[in-house]
Amino acid sequence: MSRTLVSAPKTAKAGEIVDIRAMIAHPMETGYRMGPNGQAIPRKIIRHFACDYDGEEVFSAEFHPAMSANPFVAFSTVATKSGMLTFRWTDDDGKIETASAEIAVS
Amino acid sequence: MSVEQRGHIGRRDLILAGGAGLLVLALPSTRALARPSLQEAVNGFTGGTPVQPGKVKLDVPPLVENGNAVGVTVAVESPMTASDHVRRIALFNEKNPQADVAVFSLGPRAARARIATRIRLATSQTLIAVAELSDGSYWSSSANVIVTLAACIEDLS
Repeated sequence: MSRTLVSAPKTAKAGEIVDIRAMIAHPMETGYRMGPNGQAIPRKIIRHFACDYDGEEVFSAEFHPAMSANPFVAFSTVATKSGMLTFRWTDDDGKIETASAEIAVS
Repeated sequence: MSVEQRGHIGRRDLILAGGAGLLVLALPSTRALARPSLQEAVNGFTGGTPVQPGKVKLDVPPLVENGNAVGVTVAVESPMTASDHVRRIALFNEKNPQADVAVFSLGPRAARARIATRIRLATSQTLIAVAELSDGSYWSSSANVIVTLAACIEDLS
């Protein structure tokens, strides 16, 4: 389980644009570094990130090794109705980490 | 005289090129050599559609101390309606071992065509952000960054 950190407002008015920030603790090993034994450290990165709002995808991203460690993204969405924001990170091995945040829309 | 000199350099270049060729043969797994140029990477994203300058605003500090985490913001002028919105935003670099940085997929529900992230830069170089609009046009913006401490290729030993 990697530590994840998501930030989204708890309440919003319908139609309001809300800012969302999401980060996951991950080394994002590029595969270009040498270890102390002279062997290349194998690549291991988060490859895909997606954010769903009530089950519908509102934002996604494809990452390459040039993303920094602990990849961070900030984006926005429009508040439509009360529901869950779910965040999904998929790494090179297909392992999925998730996080969620609830938003109450008035 | 100058012709002779040029000829001489030409021969030397040939020998150097031959040596480099042998090196390439000896190191088939050197990935950096297979890296596409910035232009090839952008073409791969657009599928050959011409990219126009403008509409995109790429914000990145002109001088960064640490290439391991460089804050980047991309904003695109777009009303973000169902009929006119930004579909994708891609980031490419000029001199990292790989040209791609990230591709972000947006849509009308993103409400605002603006993303921020943190990237790695191996050395001082040019960054380019390309946005694909819903009408199929591509717009871009580039920026030069000077990096004093490189990322990606340092050794741990």
